Amino acid sequence: MGDLNQAMIEKYRTSFLKEVEANVEEGEWVKMCMQCGVCSGSCPLGKFWNHPPQEIFMMIRAGKREEVLTSDAMWMCTSCYNCVVRCPREVPITHIMHGLAHYAKRLGLTPKNQPTAEFAQRFWNNLLKKGRVNELKLGVSLYFMNGIGPGVKTAIKMAPVGIGMQRTQRMSAMELFGGHAIKDLKGFHAIMQKAQELEALRIAQYSVAPRPTA
Amino acid sequence: MAEQKKLAGYLCTGCGIGERLDVQQLTTIAVREGKLASCKTHPMLCSAEGVKLIRDDIDAGQVTHMMIAGCSRRAKIEAFNFPTVAISRANLREGVIWLRPNTDANRETTQEMANDYIRMAAAEIKFMSVPKSSGQQELNKRILVVGGGVTGMTAALETARAGYPVHLVAEEAQLGGVWNNLYKRVPFRAAAIDVVRNNDADLPRPEDPGIADLTAQINAESLITVHLNARIARTSGAPGRFTADIAIESGSTVTENFGAIIQATDYKPYDASQLPEFGYGKRPDVVTNFELEKLAKEANGAPIKRPSDGKEVSSVAFIQCAGQRSEQPGHLPYCSGFCCTESIKQALYFREQNGADATILFTDMRTPGAAGEDFYRCGQQSMVTFTKGKASAVVQNGAGLKVKFKDLILDEDTELDCDLVVLATGQIPHNGPDPYAQLAVEEAESEEEKAAARLKLENAPPSILNLDYRQGTDLPHLRHGFVDSHFICFPYETRRTGIYAAGPVRRPMDMKQAMEDAVGAAMKAIQAAENAARGAAAHPRVGDLSYPSFRKEGCTQCKRCTVECPFGAINEDEQKYPVFNESRCRRCGTCMGACPVRVISFENYSIDTVGQQIKNVEIPDEFSEKPRILALACENDAYPALDMAAQAARTGNGIELTPFARVIPVRCLGSVSLSWITDALNSGFDGIVLMGCRRDDDYQCHFVRGSAMAAERLSKVGDTLQQLKLETERVAVYEVAITDIHRAPQLINDMATTIEKIGMSPFKF
Repeated sequence: MGDLNQAMIEKYRTSFLKEVEANVEEGEWVKMCMQCGVCSGSCPLGKFWNHPPQEIFMMIRAGKREEVLTSDAMWMCTSCYNCVVRCPREVPITHIMHGLAHYAKRLGLTPKNQPTAEFAQRFWNNLLKKGRVNELKLGVSLYFMNGIGPGVKTAIKMAPVGIGMQRTQRMSAMELFGGHAIKDLKGFHAIMQKAQELEALRIAQYSVAPRPTA
Repeated sequence: MAEQKKLAGYLCTGCGIGERLDVQQLTTIAVREGKLASCKTHPMLCSAEGVKLIRDDIDAGQVTHMMIAGCSRRAKIEAFNFPTVAISRANLREGVIWLRPNTDANRETTQEMANDYIRMAAAEIKFMSVPKSSGQQELNKRILVVGGGVTGMTAALETARAGYPVHLVAEEAQLGGVWNNLYKRVPFRAAAIDVVRNNDADLPRPEDPGIADLTAQINAESLITVHLNARIARTSGAPGRFTADIAIESGSTVTENFGAIIQATDYKPYDASQLPEFGYGKRPDVVTNFELEKLAKEANGAPIKRPSDGKEVSSVAFIQCAGQRSEQPGHLPYCSGFCCTESIKQALYFREQNGADATILFTDMRTPGAAGEDFYRCGQQSMVTFTKGKASAVVQNGAGLKVKFKDLILDEDTELDCDLVVLATGQIPHNGPDPYAQLAVEEAESEEEKAAARLKLENAPPSILNLDYRQGTDLPHLRHGFVDSHFICFPYETRRTGIYAAGPVRRPMDMKQAMEDAVGAAMKAIQAAENAARGAAAHPRVGDLSYPSFRKEGCTQCKRCTVECPFGAINEDEQKYPVFNESRCRRCGTCMGACPVRVISFENYSIDTVGQQIKNVEIPDEFSEKPRILALACENDAYPALDMAAQAARTGNGIELTPFARVIPVRCLGSVSLSWITDALNSGFDGIVLMGCRRDDDYQCHFVRGSAMAAERLSKVGDTLQQLKLETERVAVYEVAITDIHRAPQLINDMATTIEKIGMSPFKF
């Protein structure tokens, strides 16, 4: 993955904006930002971001590649779409934030222990297995994300909720063991396989093909 | 031969007047005290039936001078339009009943108020006559357009197409003026309404400047005569009868008569050598936006080359607001309003012709005009980089340049390498010298002001119009050397009647706005020529046929009227008597207010028409606890504000007016004669409130300087009061806007409160 990053640096040496346009979902919109700052003002989590959206867009244009792609900012987006609704230029800011996060992940530049990234990965892995999200497994795995100790603590704290859900048949403890799958799991896996092939093809079209690892 | 005046009154009892007031008492006063031959009443005077009542009397020759008592003089002007008779209006509706509460306790004072307005209107009408034009008029349809740029060309075309012959005078050897260097122009139209707001939408792009097309249209227009390499050597006369000597190339002079004049002399580019920090003049690759157009024109669609070594430009930086919006000496304090779109246009040259990186360093991107925002989006779509940043310096960087700037979004000092730097510099109005520059030196209050005024006088540009007016050769300036024309309320109008300013000479603007301006000025010029032919006034008393006349045997040749006229309308003859060029006059009456010997008057507005109203107010004695407050209100703003205050009060949303006030509308506070003030005080008025418009740089005065002149004059009224041993608080001068519908009556009420405190005037008999 580090090689892909290096290849991209070489390809787009002069313009990070062009790199974003080619590789980031809805990246062609970044140039249309007029720096009014309404997105930053609208973001409910804005004050927790190290770079609000307006600043991220300005940094892209100023060629601050490293700072943008290793930033924690776009991972903080909760997809509330407040910025998209308010943007006078109708820039799909939320999509671009996710696009940037996705691109950073492809290049292996995600910040270490970024909780959103961590959760997204767990969700994805969980989903792929049975074609549906096993909420019990996902939940429990999140309890233990930060180690056994905190995991046990959280599990005990949440136990009454779990028992309640069990009683009202909202949840089955049996799901911990294997869990049930969708009807045609094989077909689902074939679909995902195909989708990933298509995605790889699309990425390859835009960007340089990853060099074979030495 | 003086005609026999036949006086009659008409009292409307509609709109609640009949219910609120004792009509019998009012008609009795009109006839007994007002000495009107009759006073007829009608339940709805403005109805067809009521109007017929008046019309029949006029037709029967029973009335030449009439008082109409009812609504405000600003209401029902169409219904009460009888041009052959003199009319005064007693404002009983807005002026009395709507501003007063309908209670038994107030009935007496309200009735007294109405009685006084009847007395006042009856007195006024005796001193009025029907205005007739002076007979000096002639219709001259020819219009002179000075300036051969886009503004002047458009003005000439529009005027000619309306059927009025035009002489177009251009200093340059060809038409187009300052706009001639343009390679392309900023688009005139916004994107089509159904263009989606996408990042690849079909947006307006730079277009052909259209100068050649405009020139061809002018040459094809038979009503336009073009004088190239020409100047105006002398202009004299007045609207309808201007005479201009046009000095043409051959050295000879053409003399023509004109009905009106349009000055469309556009702008001069800012001198960027005053920007050493950007290396202009030192580094050949730092150019102004005006110079870049020449480079682009030379390239003619091929890649643009940098001047130093002819290398094709691969990266360019635009520095917005260069020498603009800054109080530094040598900089322009204002925004020129065209440079943002201009830089977008030029950045697009580089994107399209060179494939170069183009960065625009701006602090505030402002894109006025039809295509404005769409054109901005076009620039963004074409990958022009817009960086919010403030440039501090341009330095050499090998063969190229380096721009140092502060990024205002990322809040850091940074720099940018490029081949070429374009400075977005501003427009300087191409104007003649300010006729009041000398006066400004004399009247400067501080040494600093005096030095600044002197500098302006010394650096005055050569005259453009060479007017032979008493008050100077050119159009007066407001700020920054732009022609004084009101930005919002009356654009194109200047302080020289019949001479209209259009384009960047009155405020900075781009080509599209200049062309729109030209259309407006052309219409105003045509209107001025036509009005002059009828002897009627131009804005704001449009159509008024009255004009100032003076009693020569009383005149002391003090020259105050000729100096104070805001429009330079009054010249002096060989014996130093004033010459009222009535078609230059706007009928504000500032001369009348200025005249210390009270010899200037209009047929329908004079020292007497107002003075007699003041004298005919009944003044109760000192112990009645009924003071009298005189309010002189400007008819353009303060009086309408009071009318609207009445409407508001009637619906319960306003405040009532003290019943002790007697309001008289004046044409302009500038027309207020100090004799009215002394007369009022001598006859026992307890307080006087004067309400005019906002003055000075942000003026709202319809006569530009009228309220300022009044303020100047009235600043000395304190002396008069002290001579009379009266408290200075008894006279108050206020600036009132038309929107002050709560404040205007409150100011008069405040005077009532003041009088309660300081006591009644001792001058009651």
